[in-house]
Amino acid sequence: MAQVNGSSAMDPLLRGEGLIRSYGDRCVVDVDSIEVRGGEVLAVLGPNGAGKSTLMRLLAGLEPPDGGRLFYKGRQVQKHDRSLRRASAAVLQSPYLWRGTVFQNVEYGMKLRRVPGAERKARVRAALEMLDVSGLAETPVDTLSGGEAQRVALARALVLEPEILFLDEPTADLDVTVRRRMLADLERILGHAASSIVLITHDPGEAFALADRLAVLEEGRVVQTGTPADIFEAPATEFVASFTGAEFMLNGSVEKVEHDTVIVRLDSGHSLEVVGECDASRRVRVAYRPEDVVIGPPDSPATSARNRIAATVARIHPQGGLVRLRLESDGLSLEVVITRHSLKNLRLRVGTAVVAQVKATAFHIFPL
Amino acid sequence: MDVFLEAFREAFNLLVSGDPYLWQIIGRSLQVSGLAVVLGLLAGIPLGTWLGLARFPGRGLAVALVNTGLALPPVVVGLFVYILLSRQGPLGNLGWLYTPSAMIAAQFVLAAPYVGAITLAAVQSVPPELRLQARALGASRWQALLLHLREARLSLMAAVAAGFGAVVSEVGAVMMVGGNVLGETRVITTAIVLETRRGRFATAMALGLILLAIAFAANAFITRVQQAQPRRRRPLTS
Repeated sequence: MAQVNGSSAMDPLLRGEGLIRSYGDRCVVDVDSIEVRGGEVLAVLGPNGAGKSTLMRLLAGLEPPDGGRLFYKGRQVQKHDRSLRRASAAVLQSPYLWRGTVFQNVEYGMKLRRVPGAERKARVRAALEMLDVSGLAETPVDTLSGGEAQRVALARALVLEPEILFLDEPTADLDVTVRRRMLADLERILGHAASSIVLITHDPGEAFALADRLAVLEEGRVVQTGTPADIFEAPATEFVASFTGAEFMLNGSVEKVEHDTVIVRLDSGHSLEVVGECDASRRVRVAYRPEDVVIGPPDSPATSARNRIAATVARIHPQGGLVRLRLESDGLSLEVVITRHSLKNLRLRVGTAVVAQVKATAFHIFPL
Repeated sequence: MDVFLEAFREAFNLLVSGDPYLWQIIGRSLQVSGLAVVLGLLAGIPLGTWLGLARFPGRGLAVALVNTGLALPPVVVGLFVYILLSRQGPLGNLGWLYTPSAMIAAQFVLAAPYVGAITLAAVQSVPPELRLQARALGASRWQALLLHLREARLSLMAAVAAGFGAVVSEVGAVMMVGGNVLGETRVITTAIVLETRRGRFATAMALGLILLAIAFAANAFITRVQQAQPRRRRPLTS
């Protein structure tokens, strides 16, 4: 591997090894390995309290780890090394704008870097335009709305043209409408930004929409990394499956293993065909996503789905444009998500008999 | 009521006549209290900032001590500084007793806790994440700390006002360590005491009004700075 100034072309832009951070007796981050590659959007996804923000602070060089090492462009980041912090920028969950105007806030980082005044002015203008807040340059920040403040905070970081941009829950504090618009804008901006982005989020939808790769965090540990498709189609653990939207069925036992297919006998007595690997006779738990279950009338023609379960509608729960159904079948409950349009077409009511069809690849098994 | 009217008239006459006695006293007051406040700021702002932001064992006790400083009786401070500077005292060789330096030292002891306590409250009122955000944009620890203090500046102005207010109107400590020597250590407050004892109530009242005017002017200036906001010019975006 060719070495240039201690780094190689194959090195990721940023790499953390064995990062540990504790507060008192509580270990908040314990990550064996995590890397940020050039030009990618890496989402660090996890529930509240999983250690996402702490991990971000460690990766951004804002907080020293208790253990482990951080490498930026192949070089280990030392305690008082500011190269990583000067090459990166982070936007915290709340905007934390300081007193003064929008312009004064956005030019702050450039002043620290001694960028000449004329260039600062031009770059601030461009950043504010990119974020659709160009008319607010001379506005005092205490008069901004939540959405405007978050855009200004983002402009304040983007204007630095950082190699790595850290975004900590950029839409968490916004109301639904503003959040939707912000997400669309983020998609546009992140798509065009030259920076690598580390997006911290608790929202799988946001992560799947914006990220090239995901690192799923559970209690301070990275439990799976991969593309959104990897995570969605082959969640590595029950936690990843459930956190990214899978529903859990009853437990069961592996009855037979045939090539890549596992036959699982659920405790309810139902038999399922699942694509996966598992030892015979193991106790397992089977997960699926409600949107992967296709329902139709009892006389629906068979499809390529290898699992066909006769059931009745037990509950109908509208959720905005979608409807969540609970199906019951001899002690087995299935959660299904369909559109309002489908609900109307299928004339579904509580007690209606249906057939649920699920592909063998839509089930995920986890040994107990 | 005559005595009050007489006082106003006397104050006006004293001021417009350019009476050297009066102006010398005002000058000494501003010099002593001004320097004491400046020194109080130099000590109190770092102390208050450190206590407000650092975490260390015994911090609670240190904060309680600084807050107790708000209630220091000037006479006790005067006594303490007097003993320190007296011929037998540990700082007696400085020869400061009955000089403006002793008065500045006593008023500094009174002003520093005010500045420290208010600075402490001011820096704690700013979210600590603000410094983290500044560092996340490339600021060093010092640059982030400066930004933090800048955010707390309105409250810090209150520290200046409180420090000045604590010392300019104080009489016990300066009387004890300064001695009220004419042309040397006589300030407005000690002059008021003297004129009252002499039965020259009008002159005492005039000096009192001047003292109030100085306090008012200083606080008006500080309030003006505190209330200053960036002008809002918000062009329409759509």
